[in-house]
Amino acid sequence: MLRYTFLRHLATTAFAASTALLGVSSSAHAQGTTEVPFYYPVAVGGPIAKVIDGFAEGFMKENPGIKVSPIYAGTYQETIVKALTAHKSGTPPVTSVLLSTDMFTLIDEDAIVPFDNFAKSADDKAWLGGFYKAFMQNSQTGGKTWGVPFQRSTVVMYWNKEAFKEAGLDPNKPPTSWVELQSMATKLTKKDASGKVTQYGVQIPSSGFPYWLFQTLSTTNDVILANDTGSKVTFDNPKVIEALQFWVDLGKAGVHPSGVVEWGTTPKDFFEKKAAIIYTTTGNLTNIRKNAPFDFGVAMIPGNKRKGSPTGGGNFYIFKKSTPGQQEAAYKFIQWITQPERAAQWSIDTGYVATSAAAYDTPALKKYAADFPPALVARDQLPVSVAEFSTHDNQRITKVLNDGLQAALTGTKTPAQAMKDAQSEANRLLRGYK
Amino acid sequence: MTGAEHTGTRAIHAWLLLLPALVLLIAFTHYPAVQTLIDSFYSTPKGGRASVWVGLENYQVMVEDPVFWIAVRNNLWFAAATIPCSIGLALLMALWVNERMAGRAFLRMAYFTPTVLPMIAVANIWLFFYTPQYGLLERFTQLLGLPSQNWLGDPGTALGAVTVVAIWKEAGFFMIFYLAALQTLNPSLREAASIEGASRWQFFRRVQWPLLMPTTLFVLVNAFINAFRMVDHLFVLTRGGPNNASTLLLYYLYEVGFSFWDTAYASAITVVLVAVLAGIALFQFFVLDKRVHYK
Repeated sequence: MLRYTFLRHLATTAFAASTALLGVSSSAHAQGTTEVPFYYPVAVGGPIAKVIDGFAEGFMKENPGIKVSPIYAGTYQETIVKALTAHKSGTPPVTSVLLSTDMFTLIDEDAIVPFDNFAKSADDKAWLGGFYKAFMQNSQTGGKTWGVPFQRSTVVMYWNKEAFKEAGLDPNKPPTSWVELQSMATKLTKKDASGKVTQYGVQIPSSGFPYWLFQTLSTTNDVILANDTGSKVTFDNPKVIEALQFWVDLGKAGVHPSGVVEWGTTPKDFFEKKAAIIYTTTGNLTNIRKNAPFDFGVAMIPGNKRKGSPTGGGNFYIFKKSTPGQQEAAYKFIQWITQPERAAQWSIDTGYVATSAAAYDTPALKKYAADFPPALVARDQLPVSVAEFSTHDNQRITKVLNDGLQAALTGTKTPAQAMKDAQSEANRLLRGYK
Repeated sequence: MTGAEHTGTRAIHAWLLLLPALVLLIAFTHYPAVQTLIDSFYSTPKGGRASVWVGLENYQVMVEDPVFWIAVRNNLWFAAATIPCSIGLALLMALWVNERMAGRAFLRMAYFTPTVLPMIAVANIWLFFYTPQYGLLERFTQLLGLPSQNWLGDPGTALGAVTVVAIWKEAGFFMIFYLAALQTLNPSLREAASIEGASRWQFFRRVQWPLLMPTTLFVLVNAFINAFRMVDHLFVLTRGGPNNASTLLLYYLYEVGFSFWDTAYASAITVVLVAVLAGIALFQFFVLDKRVHYK
């Protein structure tokens, strides 16, 4: 008897639940609501989730027919794992923010559709044309636009003004070239009585993703590491080897820490006055502003043959396996969230670089920059910035480059040997994409 | 009711009781394992291209992959260091905190703490222990006048550094098992030993250690599995670097599967890993088990 009652109860509950579900879907159908599940990663500090939820709510208020549901999906790596696995099982999110460098991977997996499918009017085209060119390099290939810049960053240089004063340097004149970087770093390097270094002149981190930091050296040595179609790399180009040699030589000269330098502790090394100049992302600006116990400056990456730095960060993508209605709705949302006022707000709240010149002309961002001028360094560097390194089979090729860079930095191989080995391995991996 | 009918009903009952566990095991362990084996003989499906039968090609790739062999070599070193060290340390700690002394509860808790903490959090703490120039370890070596060392950034020390974290993490966990086993030993054994005039070492060697064998076997199986399973801290500490110096098999497997999206090759590595672990487990259960003294 007891069992019978239990089963009946279960059946009733199940029935109620299914009617409830049906009820939801039918009422949704009646109102013509389009569901847009949207994955986003969190890669920096700050109240990202709150800001994103706020944007989604604002958008839905203006567009009652669309229901955007932001889903926090972890780090960038976790987010692409989730999005691609969902794509392979047939139900990907309609849109997601993923690394701009994942473009080729997503195309090769046939997971995304180009924005050209939706951007048809002159207004749409003007919107796509409004983003900084440096950001669009990672978003376009084969004449099509596959990603829309959203949470983007770039590498800049931070310097300790007090350390400059102590070393007899002008605290308001950071190095602008490799030669100046080398000579200033030598003056900034401090040793104790036993000859042990207590403060390095310069520190460029090399754990995890050394290729990104290396691009600050290769770009300024006037060489691009991959072609536009992502099918060829130039690791064994003499200029690349020369750039790597410069990095290795800084370590050999004792003005840069030897071996592989941890990315995560680099800001802390800066606060602890163990490094007078560091290279890191603009995303660390808020962190350093809050925690540096001394006056610091932010500047463009020192040039050599030219100026330049890689961009980084995430783009919006639209997934193929969703209905045309959902894709249109996602497109509308992406267009809405990247408007100058919102891009400005996003930049102020998170420390990311605003993605269009128009965003920097908004009163909000102008006022913010007036209070805190370092926020503008990234913008000033964007005209000379280049795409973050990206190819087909991206993470594998990137690993080949990373391994080569680390082998040279730890002295396992010479820069020339390391880059030649990396080149032949990359050629082998890319042979199917020619 | 006849006897046969009775047995039949009992069998049905038994199967019904086994069913929930069986369903879970088949759905989440056996089916994926078999599917992985099948996948390892096919190519990776990419975009429009479906997967095709490639036979042993993925295994061929594995044999020729230098990074795979670095991972194997690193993992053997990692296992050779973590297994004896963590078990030895666990035993030592258990024997110590089993004694009657002041602050025993506190000491036990202190030893067990690393087990309770999440590995990622632990790795973030250790990251600052190992930091050159102002890290905890560096402060200590500076007092001794030793030269500065970049523990995680030097290919010669990176693997050792991540191994130490693993031992530290595991020893406390194994200690709990030894401690539990020690407390079930009959106190009259100790009295008898002291009447016979046995030294502390003799008592441990001839009485405690043999009686602890079942626990040691259990701990050994766990230590072996963990030696191939514990890679969480690599994501924070070294990401397998510098230049693969601290890559372990499971970490490389993750990279191949979820960074390179070469799922077919990842399946082949998985098959090898599962085969090796199953082999070790079978050896331990069928060969070592016979030498263990159970009460």
